Amino acid sequence: MMEKIYSRPNCIVPMQSGYCPGCLHSTATKIIAEVIDELGQGHNVINVLPVGCSSMGLLYWKIDMVGSAHGRAPAVATGIKRSRPDSLVFTYQGDGDLAAIGLAEILSAANRGEKFTVIFANNSTYGMTGGQMAPTTLIGQKSTTSKKGRDAETAGHPIKMCELIKELAAPVFVARYTLNNPQNIRKAKQGIKKAFQYQLDGKGFSFVELLTNCPTNWGVEPLDSLKYMEENTMKYFEQKVFKDEEESK
Amino acid sequence: MAKQFMKGCEAVAEAAVLGGCRFFAGYPITPQNEIPEYMSSRLPEAGGIFIQGESEVASVNMVYGAASTGTRAMTSSSSPGISLKTEGISYLSGAKLPALIVNVSRGGPGLGSIQPAQSDYLQSTKALGHGGHRLLVFAPYTLQEAVDIAYDAFEYAERDRSPVMILMDGCLGSIMEMVDLPPMKELSNQNTQGWKVGYDGVKRGARMITSIYPEAGLESNNKNSAAMYKKWQEEDVKVEEFMLDDAEYVVVAYGIAARVAKQAIMQLRGQGCKIGLIRPITLYPFPKKSFEKLNYNNIKAFIDIEMTIPAQMYDDIDLLVRGRAPIFEYGRSGGILLDDDGVTDAIKKVTGGQA
Ligand SMILES: Cc1ncc(C[n+]2csc(CCOP(=O)(O)OP(=O)(O)O)c2C)c(N)n1
Ligand code: SF4
Ligand SMILES: [Mg+2]
Repeated sequence: MMEKIYSRPNCIVPMQSGYCPGCLHSTATKIIAEVIDELGQGHNVINVLPVGCSSMGLLYWKIDMVGSAHGRAPAVATGIKRSRPDSLVFTYQGDGDLAAIGLAEILSAANRGEKFTVIFANNSTYGMTGGQMAPTTLIGQKSTTSKKGRDAETAGHPIKMCELIKELAAPVFVARYTLNNPQNIRKAKQGIKKAFQYQLDGKGFSFVELLTNCPTNWGVEPLDSLKYMEENTMKYFEQKVFKDEEESK
Repeated sequence: MAKQFMKGCEAVAEAAVLGGCRFFAGYPITPQNEIPEYMSSRLPEAGGIFIQGESEVASVNMVYGAASTGTRAMTSSSSPGISLKTEGISYLSGAKLPALIVNVSRGGPGLGSIQPAQSDYLQSTKALGHGGHRLLVFAPYTLQEAVDIAYDAFEYAERDRSPVMILMDGCLGSIMEMVDLPPMKELSNQNTQGWKVGYDGVKRGARMITSIYPEAGLESNNKNSAAMYKKWQEEDVKVEEFMLDDAEYVVVAYGIAARVAKQAIMQLRGQGCKIGLIRPITLYPFPKKSFEKLNYNNIKAFIDIEMTIPAQMYDDIDLLVRGRAPIFEYGRSGGILLDDDGVTDAIKKVTGGQA
C-alpha cells in the first residue's frame, strides 16, 4: 500500500486552472485553500473577490464568496464581517485593485481595525487588463503604459503597502512574503495561517502581502519571471513581518 | 401606533429601523446628516450596526457586504453623494442584493447648492449607474407617506432581490410633522434564506454572490430583470389622482412640488377652474395608466411642476400624452423653493387667467 502524502485541498474545485502557466496567483489560491482546510474553516469562511486576475479564485475556491467592485473589497468585507462577526472573512486583492483605485478603502478599513484579513497579491502590473503600469511597477520596469520603463519623475515610486499600513495603530499583523520558491511559499502559508488565526481569536485587522509574478504581461518565461523577482522585485519590497501584535507584547 | 412629532430625516430613519434595518453606512452631506446622526445612536440600540464610511463609495459597498449576509441594510446621501453611490447601486442590482437607498436631494449639477431641489429625477429613474438596471423609486410628499414607504421598503427589496430608492428632497428631510410610527417588524420571515452567505449552523454547498456572469447567464439575468420591470408596471405603481374627473387642466407633480401644487389647485378650484393633479408616488414605475385613462377631449393642457429647471419628468409625460394636449412646465431651482403664489400664477398663465 502506498501512503497518501498529498492531495488537493477540499475547498478547491477539481478542475484545470485557467491562470496562465507559471502564474503565482495559482500558488496563492492553493495555499490559501490549504490554510482554510487546516483550520477547519471551509464551512465558515467568506471570501471577498476583487476585480483582476486576482478574482479568478471565483472559479476555483469552493467556499462562500462575494464579488465586489474594483478596489472596494475592504468596504464590502467590512459590511460582511460586522454583520457576521463569527465568519472568517478575507479579501484577496491585486495591486491595481488595492494600491490604486482602492487605496481609500484599504487604508480606512485598516485604520478602523476591521477584524478581517487582507491578502494582497502584488505582481507589479495590471494583469487582467493586459499589463499596464501599476502603482507597484518597479522603476525602469516596462509596461504597456510605460514602454520605456517606469519613470519616477512622472509616475512616482512603487508604493509599499505594508510600510504604509504598519504605521496605523489598529492592524495586528502586517507582513510581506514572496512566492518565488518552495521555502518562501511555506513561509507565506504560515503567515496566512497566523493572520487567519488572529482573526478567529477575535483580534484586529491583518494584512499579508504576497509578491507574485505575471509572466504573460512581463513578457518572460515563467522561470525567468522568478529570476526577475529575485533580482528586482524582492530587492525593492522587503520581505518581513512588519507588525505582529503578539510579539510586540 | 405611536404618534410623534418628527423631522423628515429622522422619521425615515426610524421607519427603516422599525421595518428591519440593522445596518447603516453613510457619509456626511447636507441636507441628510440627520439620517446618519440618528442611526449612529438608534441602530446600536436595536442590535444593529452603524458605520461612518470614508466616502459614499465605501458606504454603499459596506451596504453591499452587509446585504450579502441577509442583513437589512441601508445608506442615505444627497445628490453629489448619490452620484458616487451609483457604482455600488449598479453592483447591488447586478448581484441581486436587496438594500434601501435614500436620496435627500439638493440643487445641482456639481456641488450645486445645499438647499432643497428636485434635480435628480432623471438620475433616479433612468441611470442609477451603468448597465441598464432600474430601481423601484418612491417619492413621498408627506412625512407619513415617507414613513409608510420606508417601513415596507425591505419587503419590496427582498421580494425582488433588488435595491429600492426613496427620493425625498431637502424640504421633506427638514420639515417636522406628526407621524404615526408602526410597530417593530419581526425579522423571522425574511426572504433571504436561499441565497445569503455565511454559516448558519447547517453545512451546505458553497454560495457565490456576484454581478459577473458568463454571457448566456448575463443575458438571461437581463431578461429576468426586463420581465420584473414589466411586472412592476402592472402591479407596483403608486399614484394619487386628485380631482381629475372633470379636469380640463392637469398638473403633474411629485414630492414637495405636488404638495405646493395641491394647495394651488384647491384655491383655483374654489375660483371655478377645472383643474386636477396626477401625483406619481412611484417615479419608477411611472404611473402610465393614469395618463392613458384620461378623457383627452376634455383636456386643454398639462402643467409639469417640479422644483428644478428644466423640468425632468417632461419627457415621460410627453411620451404618454403623445401630442393630444400641450404640456407646459414651471419650476424654481438652485435652492429657491416653489411657493403658492408662484405656482398659482404659473398655472393661471396656462389657463389664461380663467378662474
Ligand atoms: C471601475 C473599474 N475600472 C477599471 C476596471 C478594469 N480592470 C479590470 S481588472 C483591472 C486591473 C487589475 O489589476 P490588479 O488589481 O493588479 O490584478 P491582477 O490582474 O494583476 O491580478 C482593471 C483596471 C474595472 N473592472 N472597473
Ligand atoms: S495575465 Fe498575469 S496575473 Fe493574469 S493569470 Fe496570466 S500571468 Fe497571472
Ligand atoms: Mg496586479
